[in-house]
Amino acid sequence: MIPIPFRMTCRRAARLALLLALGLCALALAGCHRGDAVAWRLTDVTGHMPDLDFRLIDDHGKPVTGQDYRGKVVLLYFGYTHCPDVCPLTLAQLHVVMQRLGPLADGARILFVSVDPARDTPEVMHAYVSAFDPRAVGLSGQPRDIEALSKRYRSAFTREPDQGNGQYEVSHSSAIYIFDRNGKARLLSTPDRSQDDLVHDLHLLLDPGVSA
Amino acid sequence: MRFRIARALPWLLGGLCLGAGVHAGEADHIHVSQAWIRLLPGDLPAGAYATLENDGDQPASLKGASSTRYASVMLHQSSHEGGVNRMAMVDSMAIPAHGRAALAPGGYHLMLMQAAAPVKAGDTVKVMLHFGDGSTLDADFLARPANATDAGTGTEHTH
Repeated sequence: MIPIPFRMTCRRAARLALLLALGLCALALAGCHRGDAVAWRLTDVTGHMPDLDFRLIDDHGKPVTGQDYRGKVVLLYFGYTHCPDVCPLTLAQLHVVMQRLGPLADGARILFVSVDPARDTPEVMHAYVSAFDPRAVGLSGQPRDIEALSKRYRSAFTREPDQGNGQYEVSHSSAIYIFDRNGKARLLSTPDRSQDDLVHDLHLLLDPGVSA
Repeated sequence: MRFRIARALPWLLGGLCLGAGVHAGEADHIHVSQAWIRLLPGDLPAGAYATLENDGDQPASLKGASSTRYASVMLHQSSHEGGVNRMAMVDSMAIPAHGRAALAPGGYHLMLMQAAAPVKAGDTVKVMLHFGDGSTLDADFLARPANATDAGTGTEHTH
């Protein structure tokens, strides 16, 4: 037989411990929220990459700069039109992401920058990006301007040797760089990321009023 | 004379069957499904994808393909290493015995170049698959728009 007062103490101690644990949990959660206000799923590069800036030619043949896309959330991707597999796969996936965002997607632009400007004229780029998504823009330009942009984001590309039939491949960085409406680099997405992650984070960037 | 033929017949028939077996080879055990082509504008090369299933006891290998609709078809493989995409020509794709292998976006694929006449979304393109033992198999590939993500048996993303 356990005396009644001792049982009471036990119960009280247990209750106290539970309260204490709950209190600690609440504190920990509050700490998390204070430290990272937005729960991004993609890689947060805020403050680690320069603002969106370039001088290129859009797929209507018009000279454009990074400033022209302020006010839009920008998804920057390097590729080339003679890439029959991975570039179309990425653009097709981004098209699905845009569709899933619904009307919010109008606040975003996919900037597809060609690392093969010799073959990718504005006309070729226009036909290409239009086949994927109405919010996709094809950018080409002077090789030195494209190189400057890719260096700015440490995005590598190299032209592989000719296969002997005039065909050549270009290996290129597979990352998607995401900028906010003010042209600030915010997120980095890689091919292993799911469409859900892209939709989730773009939703937050496009409509910051909505909590995750 | 009649007796001799009768005795030789089983051997003859057996030989014919064996011969037929050798000629059929790997292709005879391969079943193709989810075959589609991602069409790109103009004369840009297109990627072709399919699932190859091998119900044979021996592994098979896809060596390449050809099509009367395209001047050139190559077996390629995309790879993704250290954040960089690369594409390279490969000699073959193995299809394990009682297993499957896929030509899928971001991996093995056929690259179709220089269409003889424009191919439209919805067209069926006959592609002849070539296997390691010299056997071949004709497969119908469905031409799909650029922004398709699969063979189209699931959700559609056309405009």
